[in-house]
Amino acid sequence: MVLASEITPTVELIGITKAYPGVVANSDIHLTLLPGEVHSLLGENGAGKSTLIGILSGMVQPDAGEIRIEGKTVHIHSPRDALERGIGTVYQHSLLVPTLTVLDNLLLGVDQGWKLGREMAMARLHELATLLDVEIDPSSIVGDLALGQRQQVEIVRALWRGEGVLILDEPTSMLTPQGAEKLVQVVRRLVSKGLAVVFITHKLNEALDLGDRVTVLRRGKIVGEVTPDELRNKSRIQVTDEVLKMIFGEKSDASQGTSATQISDTAGETFRVAHVSVKGDGPHPVLDEVSFALKRGEILGIAGIDGNGQKELAEVLAGQRRVDNGEIILEGLSIQHLSIAARQAKGVRYVTDDRHGEGTVGPLSVALNVVLKRVGEAPFWRWSFVRHGAIREFARKLINDHDVRTPHEEVAISTLSGGNMQKVILARELALEPRVVVYNKPTYGLDARTTAIVLARIADQARSGVTTVFISTELSEIVAICHRVAVMYRGQLSEPISVRPGIELQLGALMTGSTAV
Amino acid sequence: MNGLFSELFISSLVSGGVIAGIPLIYAGLGEAISERAGVLNVGLEGMMLGGAYGGFVGALHFQSTWFGLMCGGLTGTVISLLMVVLCVRLNSNQIVVGIAITLGAEGVTALLHGAIYGDSYPRVPTAHPYAIPLLSEIPIIGPGFFNHHVSAYLAVAVVFFVSWVLKSTGIGLSIKAAGDQPHALEAAGGGVHRTRTIAVLSTGLLAGLGGAFIVLVGAGLFVPFVTNGKGFIAIVLAMLVRGRVKWIIVASVLFGMSLSLTTALQLAGVDVPIDLVLMLPFVLIIVVLFAFGRRSYLPAALALPYDREQR
Amino acid sequence: MSAPHGGTTVALAEHKSQTESRLERVSRSMTNALIPVVGAFVIGGLLLAVLGRNPFAFYGNVIDHGLIGSLGRQETLIRMAPLLLIAAGLMIAFPAGIWNLGTDGQYVMGGVIVAALGPELAPHVSGFVLFTTLFIVGFVVAAIWSLIPAILKAWYGINEIISTLMLTFIGLRFSAFLVKEYFYDRETTVPQTRVLAVADRLPRMFSSRVHIGLIVGLVAVIAVHFVMRNTAFGLRLRIVGINPKAAIHAGINMKVLTLAIFTLSAGFAGLAAAINITGVDGVVRAEWNPAIGLLVVPLVFLARFHAASVIAFIAAFAVFQVGGESASRKADIPNFMVLFMVGLLLIFMALGEYMQLRSSRKHQS
Repeated sequence: MVLASEITPTVELIGITKAYPGVVANSDIHLTLLPGEVHSLLGENGAGKSTLIGILSGMVQPDAGEIRIEGKTVHIHSPRDALERGIGTVYQHSLLVPTLTVLDNLLLGVDQGWKLGREMAMARLHELATLLDVEIDPSSIVGDLALGQRQQVEIVRALWRGEGVLILDEPTSMLTPQGAEKLVQVVRRLVSKGLAVVFITHKLNEALDLGDRVTVLRRGKIVGEVTPDELRNKSRIQVTDEVLKMIFGEKSDASQGTSATQISDTAGETFRVAHVSVKGDGPHPVLDEVSFALKRGEILGIAGIDGNGQKELAEVLAGQRRVDNGEIILEGLSIQHLSIAARQAKGVRYVTDDRHGEGTVGPLSVALNVVLKRVGEAPFWRWSFVRHGAIREFARKLINDHDVRTPHEEVAISTLSGGNMQKVILARELALEPRVVVYNKPTYGLDARTTAIVLARIADQARSGVTTVFISTELSEIVAICHRVAVMYRGQLSEPISVRPGIELQLGALMTGSTAV
Repeated sequence: MNGLFSELFISSLVSGGVIAGIPLIYAGLGEAISERAGVLNVGLEGMMLGGAYGGFVGALHFQSTWFGLMCGGLTGTVISLLMVVLCVRLNSNQIVVGIAITLGAEGVTALLHGAIYGDSYPRVPTAHPYAIPLLSEIPIIGPGFFNHHVSAYLAVAVVFFVSWVLKSTGIGLSIKAAGDQPHALEAAGGGVHRTRTIAVLSTGLLAGLGGAFIVLVGAGLFVPFVTNGKGFIAIVLAMLVRGRVKWIIVASVLFGMSLSLTTALQLAGVDVPIDLVLMLPFVLIIVVLFAFGRRSYLPAALALPYDREQR
Repeated sequence: MSAPHGGTTVALAEHKSQTESRLERVSRSMTNALIPVVGAFVIGGLLLAVLGRNPFAFYGNVIDHGLIGSLGRQETLIRMAPLLLIAAGLMIAFPAGIWNLGTDGQYVMGGVIVAALGPELAPHVSGFVLFTTLFIVGFVVAAIWSLIPAILKAWYGINEIISTLMLTFIGLRFSAFLVKEYFYDRETTVPQTRVLAVADRLPRMFSSRVHIGLIVGLVAVIAVHFVMRNTAFGLRLRIVGINPKAAIHAGINMKVLTLAIFTLSAGFAGLAAAINITGVDGVVRAEWNPAIGLLVVPLVFLARFHAASVIAFIAAFAVFQVGGESASRKADIPNFMVLFMVGLLLIFMALGEYMQLRSSRKHQS
């Protein structure tokens, strides 16, 4: 048996450091990628994974450190350079041009000259498809492909110029379980042919299931590693605990949860969504006869894989998207024709997942962002003229109450960390008597401590009578705080069922469409 | 016999339409390339004007229409370098720079012409038309379409060439990717900046040719602001054809005809207020916008600067 | 088709105001504004030299006639009035990311109607009532002229650059048509409206030729600045300009706001025409196109939409325009230096902005 120390690593990162204004994304990273091994890189969002990938793939230049390929020191100056050296990356968000065909996408960037080597490309595509054991039609338009197939094309593209290292960034986030299984098969095949595969994820179980070796990243630094031997010999619980300690630095309960209060049977219905449908551009409706009814103070969890209509449902409830059919009724009043502002006036709140996009206005101060949805309203504006004092006071109060870390309420909100931005958004939506709140992935990218705080606050609000729709991709969170849960699959919502232990299996089946919704 | 639908009217309409339309084909094609790559080039008018003046000077100096056209193309390309440096490389606001280029070109060409040729108003050598055998003998419309200087036929040829490039070459793919998903191009190892540079320089070349055509084949001399808004019209036409480059030919000739409608009407002895007729093509564009604008296709990354290290 | 908005430029202006003291901010804007000016003057001077003219003499004449000479100075102040009003309108549109490039057409349409109406009304109403009516007419006509681009943008999402430009072409032609067919003065040979009697024009100030339109212009610019900084409307506008998605999310009614911005912006252009006609020209000829609208665009940008800078830049521009006429005559060149210089200014400003971004990035890390 060959010892790990005798194999030349395919890629070695030594002392890699990269800083951006205000944050050190990677600090003195040492990483070794061995051939024939799946290396899981585990870390929360914001731990520095994207930057590390950027450095390996040639998109980003490190400030300090050394990169060695097959033992030789190299300098990767561009994505093209990385690809030519055999380092291929499949990013979390598709980097294919949706309007071009598969073959054209694969030809992109390879040859910037006049002639397109279409025959040669077809041959190479065939070669790689065989390697992966998948079927790909070169003339189909990428935009029409399913996500799993698109990912396969991405993998082919990543390995196009040379098969040395394959980096997969959160590859299962958009896949169905069947798609994920297929991916695992492909990865195993590649590894058996001697490639080094790097598998980046924030999901602990995935990292342990799929990796031969696990490295844990936290706040830009490597905080620990689990070797193949340890994975083989120690029990799963042991390893999980160790990894959790690495991430959080203290013993944290692997199973945490705030139990939801019972909703009285006699409480009346306060919010109803009836047969809401929204047509889409394609053949399938974006929302298909979605219906549910909630009592005051109830929390309904909406589970499902990203992209099955959850965001559109949130937008429909908030008023940012029009319904083609159906009704939304709040305390007996139909609101589906009301504008966003009118719904806000009636107590409808929407905590968006798009923090940097629609949730905040970056260059404006934290204080202004706090009153963003109240422009023109008293006491912040009187006869249309702004009253900075009132705004500042309000903002300071919210900052204190919600423990937002910011030097001052007048700094631009873009200088805040993602977690603090989310706190501001949350504070804003929950202030001034909400009646119905729609949350879309409110804990995305937050560390465990902040996540727990946010979940607790959501549960608290519900206890004081706020009806809640909680959209999330994390089943553990849903199970922790929701009264009932329904699953979105291809625009359809399953019948809500009460949350109870062990419900995850049932939900998983619904999420993948193996049971009809 | 005069009047609408008379021979005189139709032949003058066609002939005038082609002369007015060819510069639009050149400039519109150029703009379409830029826009496809994700760059909105509002400075087109300035590049055309630069080409018009450069072509004028070149033709006078070399006493040749073709040398004039080449100089015009070169001038347009040089002006587009400004766009390349400021917008593609330095990520400046494309609209502000476009307006700057237009105003600056208007000023400098008018100034130079006035200072150097203001007294003499020289004319350029005549651009000799070449009548395509057989086709130019078609009754009534034959000469209008097929008896022009070769650069007119060249415009059509270039359109087909560019269409082929976009569909079947590496650079064409890169241009499309730069406009639809620049990150994809960069990740694939192509260069977004490099691609957009090529696109913008081509626009400058084509716009310069178009401007030179106006002076050398159309008017026969240069006057300040000789392009008279054609650059802006070309921008609109490029947006309207929605990326399907071959349609530029039809759109430009049709628009050219509507521009030359007044002359044709006058010749035909039809009495309509000129201003209303001159208004017509622009009103038509507004109507088209209402009718087709919604479903129009513009590249997703249009006018957004590209920053490789964007977090 | 969605409009490419002035996001970076706007965001830059916003961001700076957050992190510095007032004094720092003012002195920084001044240096940033001056560098492009110096650059433009240098290049302009080089061009003059290439043409064999003396740049120093030229610039000297510009200042001499435009600023120092009393007659020229009055002319400068007169020219400023309409420019200030157009600028006020642009100070509303650009921060919202709306590229109203149709001010030339809006100006002309408003002007034509005012010129036609003026002499008809003058015998019946006088003074304050006459002017106010004409001002309102000019404003409203121009606002109506912007309705088509406004609707195309608000309901169809169509790029306003094209639509406003097209409306300008249409407006220039349509106004010529109106003058030639309907509004013309039967007693003159040249097609033009009836002349508004001098006695009926705007009153002068301080026994000079400068009419009160200048005051209206200054007030407009300052008022718009104030509204943009201190009212809910101004904040909504800025939010739309920086981040349209957030504006929707915040419940801002985009359609209504877009319409309001277009009408106000265009209205000011029409008001500018009304002021100029009632103050100076008194008449409109067919084919009339002063074409000052597009020239104001760079000035407003260079001034980063701040009232004081806008006034300063427009004053400087007017000096150059007036002085340039005389200086060009003396140097025996046609009067196009202004045009060229404005183009140069913008280019240098774009360069300057890049340098700034570069240096502020360095300071941050």
